[in-house]
Amino acid sequence: MSKGCLAANDWICGEYLRTRGQELTDATIQHVGITAAAVGIGLLVALPLAVAARRWRPVAPPLLALTTILYTVPSLAMLALLVPILGISVSVVITALVLYSLTILLRNILAGLEGVPEEVREAARGMGYGPLRLLLTVELPLAVPALMAGVRIATVSTIAMTTVGGIIDFGGLGNLLFSGLDSVFKAQVLTASVLCVALAVLADVLLLGVQRLLTPWTRARAATAVAPHRTRAA
Amino acid sequence: MDVIEEAWTWLTTGSNWTGDGGVWQRLGEHLYLTALCLLIAAAIALPIGLWLGHIGRGGALATNIAGIGRAVPTLAVLILLTVSPLGRSELWPTLIALVLFAIPPLLTNAHLGVREADQNVVEAARGMGMSGGQLLGRVELPLAYPMLMTGVRSATVQVIATATLAAIAGGGGLGRIITDGFSTYRTPQVVAGAVLVAALALLVEGALVIAARLLDPMRGRHRRTEPVAAPVPVAATT
Repeated sequence: MSKGCLAANDWICGEYLRTRGQELTDATIQHVGITAAAVGIGLLVALPLAVAARRWRPVAPPLLALTTILYTVPSLAMLALLVPILGISVSVVITALVLYSLTILLRNILAGLEGVPEEVREAARGMGYGPLRLLLTVELPLAVPALMAGVRIATVSTIAMTTVGGIIDFGGLGNLLFSGLDSVFKAQVLTASVLCVALAVLADVLLLGVQRLLTPWTRARAATAVAPHRTRAA
Repeated sequence: MDVIEEAWTWLTTGSNWTGDGGVWQRLGEHLYLTALCLLIAAAIALPIGLWLGHIGRGGALATNIAGIGRAVPTLAVLILLTVSPLGRSELWPTLIALVLFAIPPLLTNAHLGVREADQNVVEAARGMGMSGGQLLGRVELPLAYPMLMTGVRSATVQVIATATLAAIAGGGGLGRIITDGFSTYRTPQVVAGAVLVAALALLVEGALVIAARLLDPMRGRHRRTEPVAAPVPVAATT
């Protein structure tokens, strides 16, 4: 088995895991890094946009329409359009993924802010809360379950879409998919695919834990997410 | 910018559109694959989704399928199928991957649409003595229509995107213009291909929005559940 499986090009190969452990670790680290950067930046952009869309109502529909249009552009095309602007670099992949995550995050944060009961807002105002204090200490905390649900969906689909970045060699585990395709290396393709799905599941569970920690008051109830109008995996 | 000008030149050069590997051929491949796979996926997913919604079961299945569709990378499935024995044929890996990823949005939205049909209306119809089939066909289906069409739209966008990726695994379609450009370092061609793919996705999406409105069985009438204005709620998956 130890000599045979690489030479025989088996799907499952212990020897592959032993000899290419470093390569797999590096690819996984790049994958996690790209995903974390994309969702992190997405959150930093989506949060003020959602607050702005809530404050100035007419801004919301065009903003949502724009992010939906961005979401419609297939990932390969998005990367290809960003290459001439940003050059072949990791920022191409991260930018594309940020643009996709915006759709999901914006919708969810907006839904979370809109779900704050008017009585709660009135009560806070009656207690002398100004707009900023109201936002930071009342509205945003109450929007956390919806926000976290959005972060989870965005993270899971970003982990899947990061693989496409492999076409310019910045796709984490996707790089292994591309090189495995070129050399018809079955063990590499299967291992990278399984690791991708495992990363997505792990991230989802971890984020659920974070959500529980952040919102101890909702522990009994399950938060509902506003899913994007579509699932997106390509 | 230079690249944009060169991409424009690429797009306006007639010889890039005709002949073997030209835009028209790639577009034809893309549309053919998209339509075929959507039909197959709809034939599988819609009856199951509608039926599960009608009998009020399978909620967990519907949400989990949506979650799986998100978590599994399309590219990984495509490449897995290509290096498997199925990859000996050029068509099968692409076909299977496209159908697989079109099923979740179709099934989930069909299920949700029927589940969330106004229960008072459904009860009233049942009280009028409608059979299960009549109830599904005349009441639940028209009420579920907007959500059903959202599913069709999202499946279509998904399939167009996946068909683009098929080029990476050696298939045809418009994605081939992009991947060929990448492998020969012709950035203008890459950009031109990307513009074509993006334009196709947006045009089809727009056409489906209009078609959905024209074909609405309750056009011009009042519908209580109007999921177009509000975002579609789907329970978070774990």
